[in-house]
Amino acid sequence: MPKPQTIAVAMSGGVDSSAVAAMLRAEGHNVIGLTMQLWNQRRLAGHEGMPEAVTGRCCSLDDVYDARRVAEHIGIPYYVVNHEERFERDVVRPFVAEYLSGRTPIPCSLCNNHLKFDQLLIVARQIGADCIATGHYARVEYDNPRQRWLLKRPADRSKDQTYFLFGLTQEQLSRTLFPLGGMTKPEVRELARKQGLALAEKPDSQEICFVPGGDYKRFIDAYLAESGDALPDTAGELVTASGEVIGEHSGIHNFTVGQRKGLGVATGSPLYVIQINGADKQVIVGGDERLYSRTLRARRVNLIAMDDLREPMRVSVKIRHRHEPAPAALEKIGADEILVTFDQPQRAVTPGQAAVFYDDDVVVGGAWIA
Amino acid sequence: MRRIYLDNNATTPVLPEVLEAMGPYFGEHFGNASSIHHHGQETRAAVEGARDSVALLLGCRAAEIVFTCGGTEGDNLAIAGLASAGDHVITSNIEHHAVLHACKHLEETGCDVTYVPVDGRGLVDPDDVRRALQPETKLISIMMANNETGVLQRVEEIGKIAAEAEVFFHTDAVQAAGKIPIDVKRIGCDALSISGHKMHAPQGVGALYVRRGTRIQPLFYGGRHERSRRAGTENVPGIVALGRAAELAMQGFERKDDEKMSLLRDRLQRGILAQVEEAGVNGDGVQRVPNTSNCYFDHIDGESMVIALDLKGLAVSTGSACSSGAIEPSHVLTAMGLSNDRARASIRFSLGKQNTAEDVDIALALIPETVARLRELSPVYKKQTVSS
Repeated sequence: MPKPQTIAVAMSGGVDSSAVAAMLRAEGHNVIGLTMQLWNQRRLAGHEGMPEAVTGRCCSLDDVYDARRVAEHIGIPYYVVNHEERFERDVVRPFVAEYLSGRTPIPCSLCNNHLKFDQLLIVARQIGADCIATGHYARVEYDNPRQRWLLKRPADRSKDQTYFLFGLTQEQLSRTLFPLGGMTKPEVRELARKQGLALAEKPDSQEICFVPGGDYKRFIDAYLAESGDALPDTAGELVTASGEVIGEHSGIHNFTVGQRKGLGVATGSPLYVIQINGADKQVIVGGDERLYSRTLRARRVNLIAMDDLREPMRVSVKIRHRHEPAPAALEKIGADEILVTFDQPQRAVTPGQAAVFYDDDVVVGGAWIA
Repeated sequence: MRRIYLDNNATTPVLPEVLEAMGPYFGEHFGNASSIHHHGQETRAAVEGARDSVALLLGCRAAEIVFTCGGTEGDNLAIAGLASAGDHVITSNIEHHAVLHACKHLEETGCDVTYVPVDGRGLVDPDDVRRALQPETKLISIMMANNETGVLQRVEEIGKIAAEAEVFFHTDAVQAAGKIPIDVKRIGCDALSISGHKMHAPQGVGALYVRRGTRIQPLFYGGRHERSRRAGTENVPGIVALGRAAELAMQGFERKDDEKMSLLRDRLQRGILAQVEEAGVNGDGVQRVPNTSNCYFDHIDGESMVIALDLKGLAVSTGSACSSGAIEPSHVLTAMGLSNDRARASIRFSLGKQNTAEDVDIALALIPETVARLRELSPVYKKQTVSS
């Protein structure tokens, strides 16, 4: 039995984080439940194309209710902390800006970096907790030879969330617990049932928490309208790789690299978005074969398994959440820039997404695809 | 862990004498006060006895008291009951949400509402109220004591302005009742709302004073209870409790309990200011109810402070909770001109009759160390210390 600690559990009202709270409590730790209020789901309700009222989603009253009931059930103090301003500044606005500049953002990583493992960890420490625990499927371990905290892939590879956690610093990792790292989802649900948690069968959440129905285009329209900003005119030309203009498009934020549907042009062979050129508002299209690239550049590098990349390294690189890591060479090409050269060309390398580097199950680090 | 409760502006514990008085009306005396038989006569007598006590507390006639389910209902009844479409209403921007949101609703239904500002100490300037008067003005609603700062408004001057202009004057006295003597005649108001649970009676009961001869539109339709001003079977145990709490409050004033409360509050406030740097009092230098002190502790997050103190057994509060339970920045403090950071760094301490000097001393032992930890772990504070 490890020494009892004071642990703040980030509770979303879902099964995973509820199971974490119940498990740590059963192990005899002094557990404090915290839920972050990040986004007012009613805020954009009723705007053009947005649902009137949203329930059953992150930060909805239903989820707070569920989390509170779990806390009552297992007998821990529970608090909701308001981080709406920070979330809007560090997650929502960058999310909108990225799309408007023709990139495809990952808000979950931004939220992890700026909210969960930064702001919430600070609050947790301020109120007397030694560390925080979350329901992420990942593992964190201290490696003596390297004298570093390592982030590793979880036992349940189908639930692996390390892709969204590559931005964690050594300080953050040293104060973070991922108690579900060694468990499978069915085991977690079983644990929740055994602990008598009413939400043991609650479905997993899949979407971006603040985008109702997953329709990010409508969200951007409604968000800009609410802020009093007109949607910038991002309409432009559809261009082939050889520079031939074959049509018009309604705005670059409506496209993502690799997208096939919704181009609005009919041609003999299927066309895909190959590249989005934000400066010229051009969407470049072409055949499937043009989607493959052997290299990518990524910036804003965070290394976890080492303090610096002094020489090229063999790794596997994951370029989107549902991508099987592909063998590649990693090379530093600037102060904060990395070049990834894949053994085999990879489909749809997408600016705005993360490239996360793995050495077997160890997360070496990651960076944002330029 | 010993728990100290210094959040009496949120709610107060029911005093043992109050609990004792109301107890029989859950069982032994269960009648409907409108029934003509013995059981109804018993409870009718109790309700009317309580009405006499509440009337004495407020300095009015018993017939001028309408029992409600609490402060929010009283505020809504006064506002929606005295103003209607086409009227102009004057209120302030530091009112409780029960008044502010009722006024917002009036705006949606065709009323024009002026929200007068407050100065840095949280005071409404009565001249601002006078200047806001229009030919269509029907109602002025300015609170007596603010729930967050405890600051007392100059309601008697506002009452005179209302009388001269022949407009209705309502005051939300929820945070004043039981804490300081109230006399509706001196205030010159036409309506005044109070809440039971802010003065050691239970949650779910309150009263609205409505000056005799004032026509007020009811919120509910039903039986002719409360002289047709508030339909619905009376909450007899609650009303009995409110009556008893009113009696106890008056006995307290005779013993100068309010002055003792004020000394205890000052002991807390002085202790905080002596031990914590970069701290101060919001609403300092003006008259306040004797139980409230709203303090800022620069460079901290009040939300974390409330949680940290709660985990140590001290219950205090900040801002107002939104529906999820998260804290929103206080509209009262920002209306007073506080920066967002300072508003967020502010904590409300509010005492009740049950609090002792020992409670205050325990709080004073916890507050400085908690502020120190919050500041030590604040990235903002570190940056500022380095740069200064």
